[in-house]
Amino acid sequence: MLDSSTAEREMVAGVLAEPGLEGEVAIRLRDVNKTFGTGEQTVLALRGVDWDIYRGQLTMLVGPSGCGKTTLLSVVAGILDCDRGGVVEVFGSDVARMRGGAKTRFRMDNIGFVFQQYNLLPALTAMENASVPLIIAGVPRPRALERAREVLTSLGMGNRLGSLPSQLSGGQQQRVAIARALVHEPRLIVCDEPTAALDHESGQAVMRLMRDAAVKSDRSVLVVSHDSRVFHFADRMARMDDGRIVQVRSQVGSAQEPEAGDVWEAAARA
Amino acid sequence: MNWIALRMLTGDKAKFLGIVLGLTFAAMLIAQQGSIFCGLMLRTCAQIEDITGADLWVMDPNVSFVDDVKPMIEANLYRVRGVEGVEWAVPLYKGQGRAKLTTWHWAEPRPKSPTSPRTKVQQEIIEQVVMLGLDDETLVGLPRKLWVGDFRDLWRPDAIIVDRVGLRKLFPGQGGESSTDPEFLKSFLGRELEMNDRRAVIVGICEASRTFQTFPVVYTTYSRAKLFIPQERKPMTFVLAKTKPNESPEEVAQKIEQATGLKAKTSKQFVWMTINYYLKFTGIPINFGITVVLGFLVGTAIAGQTFYNFTLENLKQFGALKAMGLSNMRIVGMILLQAAVTGLLGFGLGVGAAAWFGRATQGGELAFYTPWQLLPITGAAIVLICILASILCVRRVVVLEPAIVFRG
Ligand SMILES: Nc1ncnc2c1ncn2[C@@H]1O[C@H](COP(=O)(O)OP(=O)(O)O)[C@@H](O)[C@H]1O
Ligand SMILES: [Mg+2]
Repeated sequence: MLDSSTAEREMVAGVLAEPGLEGEVAIRLRDVNKTFGTGEQTVLALRGVDWDIYRGQLTMLVGPSGCGKTTLLSVVAGILDCDRGGVVEVFGSDVARMRGGAKTRFRMDNIGFVFQQYNLLPALTAMENASVPLIIAGVPRPRALERAREVLTSLGMGNRLGSLPSQLSGGQQQRVAIARALVHEPRLIVCDEPTAALDHESGQAVMRLMRDAAVKSDRSVLVVSHDSRVFHFADRMARMDDGRIVQVRSQVGSAQEPEAGDVWEAAARA
Repeated sequence: MNWIALRMLTGDKAKFLGIVLGLTFAAMLIAQQGSIFCGLMLRTCAQIEDITGADLWVMDPNVSFVDDVKPMIEANLYRVRGVEGVEWAVPLYKGQGRAKLTTWHWAEPRPKSPTSPRTKVQQEIIEQVVMLGLDDETLVGLPRKLWVGDFRDLWRPDAIIVDRVGLRKLFPGQGGESSTDPEFLKSFLGRELEMNDRRAVIVGICEASRTFQTFPVVYTTYSRAKLFIPQERKPMTFVLAKTKPNESPEEVAQKIEQATGLKAKTSKQFVWMTINYYLKFTGIPINFGITVVLGFLVGTAIAGQTFYNFTLENLKQFGALKAMGLSNMRIVGMILLQAAVTGLLGFGLGVGAAAWFGRATQGGELAFYTPWQLLPITGAAIVLICILASILCVRRVVVLEPAIVFRG
């Protein structure tokens, strides 16, 4: 049974969802709030987010700095608890209701991470870094390394397998990070500003790689960005402002850079 | 994950070295200072261990350590002999004497001129010695090792045996103390000293454990020892006794105490009595204790600090691992493994360095003795340092929000 407010939320999410192009829902967010701090310093980073994210798509979350993108991404990825009462359903499991150990295991099995600062282990080679999620999952080291080698090779890093992060360029490091996010075939991949530290060329190359290698019919890719030059890689874009999703639009993902003056560029500049 | 933990650890060579060296320093200081302390404590009772052949030491009831000489009347020897369970008992004189040595050397003329003759100058040296007078008939209490000479020569007139290391004081600058060459040591035989206006002739050079006071040790017979020392009314210091084969020395010691009112101890008891005296009434243990504690603290500071810094520097990596689904338990395991590996390396290197130090100074002035118990004690100290260091790190990592990985 849905009470009236829940029904209303479903409606809002449905309206925002602009029906027609979408497949199955991968992530369902309902009334997601996040408050930081207490008393005078209270910050409402998320204010009742209602949103559906679909499978088989690269979804991009855009919006001005400080509007809550990273916070929302962290909540979806299960590394940050939202306030009580919200629903964060990721592939059918309510992450918001999971406790410590279960949540950790859920992340291990289902989520791949790509960070702005790559966050590779400096002492490990590219191949070893890419194998880390498998090692965490308990896959024996030789098999994990073999699989990491395959993924890196498919991402065009076959000749840098033994390099340390310090010997790689930013774009190459981000490719290793993508290999690491893909190696264990997670169902959700989350990226926070993956191109912010890269020059234009590397940024485009990295996003092209994301599109080609990461997007699959049973997987969802969620990218936070305010780099307008990569917006055209998205299948679907959501604009956030002041802790809420304010606009969602589908577009046919293309490798072509958009015309200047695109509405979403304007959105990002806002 | 273990190999990843180790690679993280060794990845930053400077930090890794810092942690290991801190622990090495602590382990070395504890093992080395502990060994010197044990060596010194052994020296305080070296003379008890050097006297072999007897089971029991009987002494004045007020004696509290081996150099605490409180002479008894000789009648006590017969009272001890009368106690049931005593096979035999002999007197031992132990005391301090003064040896006077007369040597010659050529003095440079004054004013310096090649024509004026050099003059022969007589020089007298007076040295404190530890005098041990052994029972005239049995010579019970002889040292274990004689480099040159024969024990039986002690029965010849005026004969004494001196210890090799003591040659340094009796014949300074002649190198006798650092030689173990019998041919060279033989050159000291037949030399004379004067004690209490009496002539004494060296008939043998023996090896004696170094004593705490570093005085030369002179062995002679009981009756001659009385002559070498200014006359005293009560000349006998100890009675050495042997228990009958089927009696326990501890029980016989008690019987002697009951029957004579004297103090009777087995060698082992006497050793501990002496060590306890030094522990209680000298500042030695406090001094060494302070050094050991300092070593522990400095080691903890260096190793703990570096280890903590190392963890802080890797906090973002740990955060990423947590985000990727590594549980707290396994991260704690990684940190403990890192601590254990550095601890083991530091322990090995530190104890190795202390042992090397001990070897290098062997036979020298330094007292150095490492009982096996010192190794587990050092090990425990290192484990404690590692635990202290890891507790801080573990706390930091466990409370770490994985969400920090998305923050600048
Ligand atoms: N750990 C935190 N403690 C307090 N405030 C926070 C914390 N994380 C984020 N915030 C606040 O929440 C708001 C949203 O932050 P964030 O999600 O990082 O925005 P964005 O990624 O869109 O720039 C900001 O006002 C930020 O200051
Ligand atoms: Mg952000």
